[in-house]
Amino acid sequence: MPVKHQAVHDIRTPLCEGEILQVQDLEFAYPSGYAALRGIDLCIREGERVALVGPNGAGKSTLMLHLNGILGQSKAILIAGLPVIPENYPVIRALVGLVFQNPDDQLFSPTVFEDVAFGPLHMGLSEEEIYQRVEEALAAVQMSEFEDHLCYHLSMGQKKRVAIATVLAMRPKILVLDEPSAGLDPRARRSLIQFLDTLPITMLAATHDMRLVEDLFPRMVIMDEGEIVADGLTSRLMANDSLLKAHGLESSRA
Amino acid sequence: MHVDAFNQYHAGESLIHHLDARAKVVVAISFIFSNALLPDGSWVTFTLAWMFLLLANELSGLGLGFTLKRSFVALPFALVAGSAIFSPLGEPLAVWDLGFMTLIPTDAGVRRFFSVLIRSWLSVQMAILLVATTPFPDLIHALEHLRAPRVLTTIIAFLYRYLFILTDEARRLLRARESRSANLSGRKHGGTLWWRAKVTGNMVGQLFIRSYERSDRIYKAMLSRGYAGHLRTLNPHIMRRFDWLILILSLTFLLLVQFLGWIQ
Amino acid sequence: MLFSPTPLHIPDGFLNLVISLLFWALTMAMVGLAISKTNKTLGERQIPLMGVMAAFIFAAQMLNFPVAGGTSGHFLGGALAAIVLGPWAGILTMTAVVAVQGLLFQDGGLLVMGANIFNMGILTAAIGFGLYRAVRNRPRALRLGGIGVAAWLSTIAAALITSLQLWLSGTSRLEIVIPAMLGVHALIGFGEAVITVAAVAFIEQTRPDLLRAENSANGKWGWAVAGMGISLLVVLISPLASAKPDGLERIAEDLGFINAGRSAPYEILPDYTVPLLGETALSTILAGAIGALFVLGILILVGRRMSSRA
Repeated sequence: MPVKHQAVHDIRTPLCEGEILQVQDLEFAYPSGYAALRGIDLCIREGERVALVGPNGAGKSTLMLHLNGILGQSKAILIAGLPVIPENYPVIRALVGLVFQNPDDQLFSPTVFEDVAFGPLHMGLSEEEIYQRVEEALAAVQMSEFEDHLCYHLSMGQKKRVAIATVLAMRPKILVLDEPSAGLDPRARRSLIQFLDTLPITMLAATHDMRLVEDLFPRMVIMDEGEIVADGLTSRLMANDSLLKAHGLESSRA
Repeated sequence: MHVDAFNQYHAGESLIHHLDARAKVVVAISFIFSNALLPDGSWVTFTLAWMFLLLANELSGLGLGFTLKRSFVALPFALVAGSAIFSPLGEPLAVWDLGFMTLIPTDAGVRRFFSVLIRSWLSVQMAILLVATTPFPDLIHALEHLRAPRVLTTIIAFLYRYLFILTDEARRLLRARESRSANLSGRKHGGTLWWRAKVTGNMVGQLFIRSYERSDRIYKAMLSRGYAGHLRTLNPHIMRRFDWLILILSLTFLLLVQFLGWIQ
Repeated sequence: MLFSPTPLHIPDGFLNLVISLLFWALTMAMVGLAISKTNKTLGERQIPLMGVMAAFIFAAQMLNFPVAGGTSGHFLGGALAAIVLGPWAGILTMTAVVAVQGLLFQDGGLLVMGANIFNMGILTAAIGFGLYRAVRNRPRALRLGGIGVAAWLSTIAAALITSLQLWLSGTSRLEIVIPAMLGVHALIGFGEAVITVAAVAFIEQTRPDLLRAENSANGKWGWAVAGMGISLLVVLISPLASAKPDGLERIAEDLGFINAGRSAPYEILPDYTVPLLGETALSTILAGAIGALFVLGILILVGRRMSSRA
């Protein structure tokens, strides 16, 4: 049983009215009865980059799957002011770009083009606009020349980029990434970090990669056992060794 | 094993490669249909069909003998047709007494046997040329345009996408099995047949559960991108005048082959 | 080579046009039904689940196991697919598998694909799920035994109908192709049975919820009746067809239809069912039934052994 620390909330504003992501007292239990989320409060401003860290089973992925209603509706979450309820699903799924950990789960079409086109196509856009968005999204991840390639033939780093392009094509307001650097060799990881740094978009990323957090995310949220135990400046929380240790983490300098 | 053992497509810039996939599918199926319809022993028209195939091979830029080299996949099946030689119709050619039974090859039987082999050999080559000159995703689209049920074509697209990944997973399971099967000298290798089959069964069960869980994650990824149970597809293919021309020429040729085959 | 052609994937040219088109029609009707049925029970999940499951069957067929002397047992998977996914989903899954094998790897032809799908996907699903449905709520040993019989019989049935199609097309002599195909597949079917039983036992232990989830919608007894009916037919026809009297003259009379393989295949069928009443036929049927009971006994023992180990 980890020692509970006093929650550190030095960024949270008392009211997060009008912000891109608002989560207030989100609870969730799986059908088996396991309480995965116990009263999550989280606000993210437009343009912010937030890292979500914590041990395995802390509830990070469960929280992320809630943000676009994959695990069912929730009035505790507002995306750009819209509650996550079935009527809003089509809009919310375009607003929240969810990138899964394993790009092989995310890229389910035979070719790169078809996969990037899937989101825009199911948003009901015109053919012309679909082509334009696919082109744009692939250009943004520097993968334009791979349009006709088979997904299977891509390297891990390329797959990650295309996976990000598949949600960029939907023009999301917030990019939600699950373990963006997992499974990458050092060079592919470095290039992914550089690339993510160029994206002018609100970002929330769950990760175990503390150097990625330090390089890319000024704000850090620590989750453990379904609760947010710390939320603050990355530089400050990283310096708090006992806090990190208590939740199974270590700083990047360790 | 290398990835590309699965990839039957041979990239190229030939006339055949650039032909619309629908036109290619229709011609290939008509060709196979035509072979099935030709009467036994119409050697002249079989040769004409072969010429057509050689021409297609040549035009594909893959070389005259391209499909020939790959056309023996159906050969083991020829054994099954071997018994046709002893058809009771037709004139006996010889009498082979094997002791327990007497075999009498007949002229009609031999004619039938070779006709079956030639039909099969020509047809399989056309199928090989079709997938060698058409990327599989285009082939799926062509089937969609030709009114194959979209649910089925999408399932096939998924199969094609995950085939590689799951066979990789199966291969990892196999490797794990091999690395744990110690082969001690003097001992019987790998346990009893029964045991081996059971281990394989367990691997199949494991692969099933992994695949099932993966399908669940994919489903979530699809939902995240706006999928709501109704599939949409783009229609990127347009039949040009040239595609129509080749299609009509080919079908006319096949009709001519049929005509010649039946007036013999 | 990974996908060595098995004697069940008929190439183009081996079936005549009438048989090819007849089985295409049958298959299209069943696949159409399967699409709408699975759409109802699975909804939005139909596409990703069926697609990945088809890839799973494809990959599972790769997991062949060494038998003896360099040969290996091949796995068909039709019965397993129907047991773990339900009959309609099983049919759809196997349809995609056979279609890709034919289209991409030329393992099985295009014009004869309807027949191949019918033999390896529809018939195997009917027998596999039908028999499983009959024993689903029985004690574990009986259930696993029943699954083994279902898998074994599904292979035999596929081999039998393949032989009959070849015969009706005038490609093979019945008295040669039936014993050859059934003999080989009685052995292959044993591997199929063990793998299917072990796989289902594994899934029952690890994720029993999956089996319940996919089968709850198929609670009716129609499949059990159909499955048992077809199985009975297989048990009756196989020995009858293989125990033909010797002598080519006699066969010549029966098989007089083989003239360039274009005579109407139905002309011969009445002739063929007449000996059903004869004494010799009765004895072969009896022999077939005894043989099937013997296999059932072995497989129940196998099921016991497996459940005691687990």
